[in-house]
Amino acid sequence: MSRQYVIRRMLIAIPSLLGISVILFTILAMAPGDPFEELATNPAIPPEVRQALRTKFGLDDPVWQRYLHWLSAMVQGDWGFSFQSRMDVDTLILQRLPVTLIVIGASQILAISVAIPVGVLAAIRPYSVFDQVASTFAMIGFSLPTFFTGLVLILIFSIQLDWLPFVYRADIHATGWAFYWEHLKQSIMPVVVLGLAQAGTLVRFMRSSVLDVIRLDYVTTARSKGIGERKVIVKHVVRNALIPVVTLVFLQLPAVFGGAIVTEQIFRVPGIGSLLIAAILANDTPVVMGVTFVIACLVVLFNLIADILYGWLDPRISFR
Amino acid sequence: MAETLLDIRGLKTWFKTEDGMVRAVDGVDLRIDRGETVGVVGESGCGKTVTARSVLKLIDMPPGRFEAGTILWQGRDLIPLDQDEMNQIRAREIAIIFQEPMTSLNPVYTVGDQIAEVIALHQKLSPKQAMAGAAEMLRLVNIPNPQKRVHDYPHQFSGGMRQRVMIAMALSCQPKLLIADEPTTALDVTIQAQILELMQEMKEKFGMAIMLITHAMGVVAETCQRVTVMYAGKVVEEAPVEALFGDPRHPYTQGLIRSIPRIDRAVSRQARLESIQGTVPSLLNPPPGCRFAARCRFATDVCTQAMPPLKEVAPGHRVACVL
Amino acid sequence: MAGSTPASLSADAPAAGVVQARKARSISPAIETWRRFRRHVLAVSGAIVLLIMVLGVLVGPSIWAVPINEIDFTAKLQGPSLKHPLGTDDLGQDLLARMMYGGKISLAVGFAAMMVALVVGVLVGAVAGMASGWVDAALMWLTDLFLALPTLPLLLLVIYLFRDSVKQVLGVEGGAFVLIVVVIGGLRWMPVARLVRAQFLSLREKEFVEAARALGASKVRQVVQHILPNALGPVIVVGTIDVATAIIFESTLSFLGLGFPSDVPTWGSMLRDAKDYLDIAPHWALFPGAAIFLTVLAINFIGDGLRDAFDPRRVL
Repeated sequence: MSRQYVIRRMLIAIPSLLGISVILFTILAMAPGDPFEELATNPAIPPEVRQALRTKFGLDDPVWQRYLHWLSAMVQGDWGFSFQSRMDVDTLILQRLPVTLIVIGASQILAISVAIPVGVLAAIRPYSVFDQVASTFAMIGFSLPTFFTGLVLILIFSIQLDWLPFVYRADIHATGWAFYWEHLKQSIMPVVVLGLAQAGTLVRFMRSSVLDVIRLDYVTTARSKGIGERKVIVKHVVRNALIPVVTLVFLQLPAVFGGAIVTEQIFRVPGIGSLLIAAILANDTPVVMGVTFVIACLVVLFNLIADILYGWLDPRISFR
Repeated sequence: MAETLLDIRGLKTWFKTEDGMVRAVDGVDLRIDRGETVGVVGESGCGKTVTARSVLKLIDMPPGRFEAGTILWQGRDLIPLDQDEMNQIRAREIAIIFQEPMTSLNPVYTVGDQIAEVIALHQKLSPKQAMAGAAEMLRLVNIPNPQKRVHDYPHQFSGGMRQRVMIAMALSCQPKLLIADEPTTALDVTIQAQILELMQEMKEKFGMAIMLITHAMGVVAETCQRVTVMYAGKVVEEAPVEALFGDPRHPYTQGLIRSIPRIDRAVSRQARLESIQGTVPSLLNPPPGCRFAARCRFATDVCTQAMPPLKEVAPGHRVACVL
Repeated sequence: MAGSTPASLSADAPAAGVVQARKARSISPAIETWRRFRRHVLAVSGAIVLLIMVLGVLVGPSIWAVPINEIDFTAKLQGPSLKHPLGTDDLGQDLLARMMYGGKISLAVGFAAMMVALVVGVLVGAVAGMASGWVDAALMWLTDLFLALPTLPLLLLVIYLFRDSVKQVLGVEGGAFVLIVVVIGGLRWMPVARLVRAQFLSLREKEFVEAARALGASKVRQVVQHILPNALGPVIVVGTIDVATAIIFESTLSFLGLGFPSDVPTWGSMLRDAKDYLDIAPHWALFPGAAIFLTVLAINFIGDGLRDAFDPRRVL
């Protein structure tokens, strides 16, 4: 893979980021209501002061100027102040982000390690009993809303069996192994909920991708070499079938962030998802904007990684 | 008489589909002796490719299955062999190249990797030695700058060059039989000649037999010693190449030969080329009787009753026709 | 074939087979599709389940005429009984009645949002596919951009910013409905647009469209008469799955407390209320959860069946 390819993909990501920022700003600008509405109804503040404030914050400037203003503030990390949490929005988000990323990362690893073997096995024996069972379970996983899976798991493992805690605690008073054990225990359910939903989708992707690849000519060529079916599948089918799946995994990420928001809310995981919901319920606009912007940026970033991985997996791409 | 390498007897390879059983290969006899080139000709869909793939058991089962017959390789029947036993024969004794050089190579590995994979497996060599072997094979098939080209990916080669790579891969273990499944159909005319020439050259070098599947009668006339003509899953005629072109017996063979474009004839006959009317019948529940009857201008009532068996009309010349 | 020769005894049976095969080949694509769909057991079961659901929420309330907001503290948090087949919630309200009401909302949101997504998607895809050049490039860039947007956060953001003003114009329940439908539809049109465009690009080169073009058919006529009907199959499949997605999104919003107002019972909001009583009244959460799951699963199976039915290359 050439370095130019990586640089080119990075340059392509910039307009996407700008596009997303335009969409976000448009939504914000079109939204009714005015940050100074409260001041307007407050008789203690004279209209001149209000006008001065409006001018100072640039609310009467033309739209494009306000956009550039807003964009430069966002880029510089000046995301405003959360009145709810009494701290800067960027600090707040940075505090919450690692938990979310860990939960999402762990759930993706779980999903991939379950889905790839299952999808491959289902596809190499299409319409077999294993395939039918796997496909049905994949469909169930794909159709289960995360919030329902979460509640069912809580019902079984926390309430009935009392094995796992259903509230995620950031302040665990334990040291050494016990500390990690507690963390692991409380992470199991959120990770499983998010991972299973994702695994259902991935099994379906992987199965159809393998089915597409397995009937291609080069697989017959590989078989004609006498290298054995297992090697044919692993080296010549799975390797090639993974190429579109990698893209799809990353294209799924917006949905995964959606799932993470719900999961964090159910298990009260202190990540950016539960932060977003709390901020919306508390009318904390700077935090809402900040979190949405961060998630959008992360999605663009992961798409970039997907592109680069794609170029690495498929030598035809990076030469173009 | 030369040693018989491959002897296919009464082979039936059928495919189960949702509309019923497709009898793609329905009782085929085919013999190939050591070092000879046998042409298998017929229109698209007549079962040539399925016959070829049956020999290496490259048929997906299901939906395909061997309904009857034997495939004797040096006297040993291949049909009952399991995967591991077949893998001892594939590439080492029988190799195959396909019609589409553009899609027959795995796009994510270098051509060197793909050739070396065979060499390393069957000759028990280290990866490094195998890669050197791969470069040597590329040199043999006249690919310029082989030391460097082994590290290139298939998409960096042209169609003709990829077919050379396929040939290099197929010959890397010096098989006794090379099955060439329409190796030139997808290529430009000038490249076609080069590939045929290369195969001829390789044959002289390695002395393997070739089963050349094609629908181009001209190619057959130039390269083969014997020819088997297939129609709708059955063999209709087999003969030494001179006998087939000099004295074609089956109406279908006669039609095929008449449909060869010839410059001298085209000029004198106002550029009219003969073709065989109609198309290959459905192989799904075929009617009894000669499969060609519906398109045959000599067909009589007898022809629709039962398929005539192959009978010898001259030494080595057998034909399945009542005429 | 055998047809031209005098029928002999031996030729009779296969000849009949040939006739049958011919008949099978000449039936219309719609019937052929239905024939394939019917063989997909899970899809047919899905269709039956969905039909029961739809009938249940439409006809059910007139049979089980219990008000959705009749508070009865003496009967709160009860499990299923004859008086309350699905039990009651913390205010003693009948869950069956509330589930039927919520189901009507969920299904209506699902279908309406799918329609919005289809209309926008087909429009964008058709324009991009017919226009080509920079219009196509720009529209596809926009589509890809929207595909990269995180749907749920954006959904939450839009609803957060606009819910009050829409409420003023369209009323509490209607406002929430329109807002949710438009936003879900507005964030789900991209796959349809890509699909329609891809179909256009391949179909417009096909002979029959070219024939129509040669005969002087206008662009609009080419699209409506010749291209759209052929692109219909995959679009129907995506549309079906979109209904399921929209139902999940609506339930998620309600579950997070950001969908319909809290006094309107929807499956999602019932789950939200029930989640604090999981230990003493699990039925309260399980029934609406199962309803969402079953509906979504049924629709997804129908989508799967349709996909297989529309794809004639598939062999069993």
